[in-house]
Amino acid sequence: MKFVDEYQDSELAHKLARRITALSTKPVVLMEFCGGHTHAILRYGIRQLLPDTVEMRSGPGCPVCVTAPADLDKAIAIAYLPDTIIATFGDMVKVPGSRSSLQQAKAEGADVRIVYSAMDAVSIAENNPEKSVVFIGIGFETTAPTIAASVLKADEKGISNFHVLSFHKLTPPVVKALLNSGETKLDGIIGPGHVSVVIGSQPYQFISEDYGVGCVISGFEPLDILLTGDNLVEQIEKGEPRVEIAYPRGVKPEGNKQALKLMQQVFDVGEANWRGIGIVPESGLKIRAEYARFDADIASPVSPEPAKEPEGCRCGDVVRGAANPLECKLFGKVCTPESPVGPCMVSNEGACAAYYKYASDNGARYD
Amino acid sequence: MTDETILLAHGSGGKLSHDLVAKRFFPFLANPELDKMDDSAVLELSGRLAFTTDSYVVNPIFFPGGDIGKLAVCGTVNDLAMSGANPLYLSLSVVIEEGLPISDLERIMQSIKGTSEEAGVSIVTGDTKVVNQGQADKLFITTSGIGIVPPEVNISGANAKPGDKVILSGTMGDHGIAIMSQREGLNFSVPVGSDCAPLGKLVSQIMQSLLNVHCLRDPTRGGLSSTLNEFAQQSNVGIVIEEGKIPIKEGVRAACELLGLDPLYVANEGKLVSIVEPEYAGEIVDRMRESDYGKDAAVIGEVVSDHPGKVIMRTKLGPSRIIDMLSGELLPRIC
Repeated sequence: MKFVDEYQDSELAHKLARRITALSTKPVVLMEFCGGHTHAILRYGIRQLLPDTVEMRSGPGCPVCVTAPADLDKAIAIAYLPDTIIATFGDMVKVPGSRSSLQQAKAEGADVRIVYSAMDAVSIAENNPEKSVVFIGIGFETTAPTIAASVLKADEKGISNFHVLSFHKLTPPVVKALLNSGETKLDGIIGPGHVSVVIGSQPYQFISEDYGVGCVISGFEPLDILLTGDNLVEQIEKGEPRVEIAYPRGVKPEGNKQALKLMQQVFDVGEANWRGIGIVPESGLKIRAEYARFDADIASPVSPEPAKEPEGCRCGDVVRGAANPLECKLFGKVCTPESPVGPCMVSNEGACAAYYKYASDNGARYD
Repeated sequence: MTDETILLAHGSGGKLSHDLVAKRFFPFLANPELDKMDDSAVLELSGRLAFTTDSYVVNPIFFPGGDIGKLAVCGTVNDLAMSGANPLYLSLSVVIEEGLPISDLERIMQSIKGTSEEAGVSIVTGDTKVVNQGQADKLFITTSGIGIVPPEVNISGANAKPGDKVILSGTMGDHGIAIMSQREGLNFSVPVGSDCAPLGKLVSQIMQSLLNVHCLRDPTRGGLSSTLNEFAQQSNVGIVIEEGKIPIKEGVRAACELLGLDPLYVANEGKLVSIVEPEYAGEIVDRMRESDYGKDAAVIGEVVSDHPGKVIMRTKLGPSRIIDMLSGELLPRIC
C-alpha cells in the first residue's frame, strides 16, 4: 500500500537500526511524546532493534490519559443532569472517575453517545432541539481545530443547544513543564506528529534553544520513528541539539495556518489541569467570550465533590515518563483493559494499554 | 397497506400471520420436511450429530457483500463445518420490528434461499414474531443447525500439537471493515465487501483428501487473534505467526490505518483457520486454493511448545510481539 509499505520496509529498518547502534556511544533517554508513537514502537517491536544505550520513555501525549480526574468528574456530573445528551469520543466512556464513569452513568439511564467527530455532536443537537448536547472536548492541537469548526457550524446554523466542555490541551507548554521539573533527565524528544501538522515545528524551538535538548518531529510508521531516533542520537553524540522535522510529508515548519486560525477564532489560551502534572499555565484552550453560549461550563455548571486519584494507580507517573507501565503494581493484575483502574489502560493511545496489548507476558517482556 | 410494512398483527397468530408465513417464507424455503407444516420437523439421521445455534443482530441489515439473511445461514453452516460436520438442516427464527418494509423481508428471504442452496442445507423448521417499534432493531434472526460428523473425523481446538502448521484460508478483516464503513457517523467508502460465505464445501474439500486436520475455526468476532489465542489455550501450546504472511486486502489495510485498528482483531465471516500436521500443510493449502473461498490460502505460522497459551507474532521488521485476545470494543483512535 502506497505511503505505508515504504515506511515499513524491513531492510531499511534494519539498516537504520544498525546505524543508530554504530552512532550510539553513551546511554540516552528519549521521550516519545505521543501515545501513538508508544503504540507503534511496541506494535512493531522497535525497541528490540535498538541498542541498549537508547532508552525510550512514554510521554503525556494521550488526550484521555492527561484529562484530570476533576475534569472527568465534571463530565460525568453533567451526564447525570436531566435533558442532557453527552457526546464523546469512545475512549472517555470507560475511564473511571472518582466515583462513577460515563459508562456507569449510561447504565443508570444517562444519554451518553459515542461520536467520531464533533460534527456528529452538532447533528445530534440539531435532531434533539429539546435537549442540551454536551460534547466533551479532549485532545491536543490535533483535534482542537475540528472542534472549533463544529462551534462555528453550530453558530452558522443557529443551533443553540450544542455545548463544548473544553479540556483541550496544548503541547509546547507541557513539554516546558516536564523539562522544568527535571524529574526525568531527557536527552531528546520524539516530537508529536499529528499535533505538529497543525502547529508546525516553530513552537518547539525553545526546547533546543533554552534547554539544550533535541526535538525531532516524527511520523508514526516504523521508519519514521527509526529515522527520528537516528537523528536524535546523532544530535546527542555531536552535542548539537536542534528542532527538526523527520515527518516532512505531514509537517511544515509553519504548520497549517487555516487550522490555527480556526482554533484562535474560537478558543483563548488559559491554564489546564493535567493528570499527574497538575495545573500548567497557558496549556489549555477555553472557549472565547463571543462564543460563550456554546461553553458547557456556562450552560451546564456542576460542582462535583473533590476528585481523587484511583488508589495505587501510577498513570500520573506514566504520563510524565517517570514510570514504565510494567512498574505499576496494578498492571495486568487489578488493572486490565477489561477493568481499567486508570486511563492509560483504557485509551488507544495509553501507554499501559500498549504494554498490555503488545509487550507483557506474565513477566516475559517483548518491549 | 399490509403489503408494504410489517404490522404487529402479522405476529398475532391469526390470518395475517398465516399469510405472512405462506407468502413471504414458504415460497423461498420450500422442502419436503417444511412443507408438512407440522409442529416439528422429523428427520432421519444416523451417525454423530453436530448441533449449533447463533443469533444475528447485525446493523445495518444490508451491507456490501451480504445481508443479515446470508449471514444467518453462513454463520451457522460455518459453525457446523468447523466441527468437521457436513451441514444438513437449519431452523430459522425471525424477530421482526413492526414497520419493517415487506420488500426488505423478501430481499432477505431471497438471500437466505440462495445461500442455503449454495451451502446444501434445508431450512426445516422456523418461527416468526413481531415486536413493537423500538423493541428490536428491524430484524433479528436466530438459526440453529444440525450436521453429521463422519466417523473418522476428530476436530477440536484442543488438538493442536507442537510442529503443526497454521493455515489461513484468505484475507483478514473484510467483513468487519465492510460493516464499519456503513455505520452511522462513520460512513467512509471502501472497495471491500463482506467475505460472508458458507464454508461447508471448502471444509469437505480439505477433509476429503486428508484426515490430518487437527483444529478448524472461523475467525469471526474478535478476529484472527482471538481464534489463535483460543487454540493456544485449549491445546496448551504456543503459536508463532509471521505478520508478512497474513493476507490482508489493500482496502482493509488502508481503512485500518485510517481508523487506527489492527486487522487481526477485525471480524471475518467467510474465512477459516486450520491447524494441520506439518507434512500435509502444502497439499491442504493447494486444495484450499482450488476453491473460490480459499484462493488466498497460506501457511502463516506454526505451533510450538514454548510459551503455552500465548500467541507471538514476528513483525514485518523481525522483532516479536504478543498477539493478545481482543479486549473491549474496537474503537477508532481520536488523535
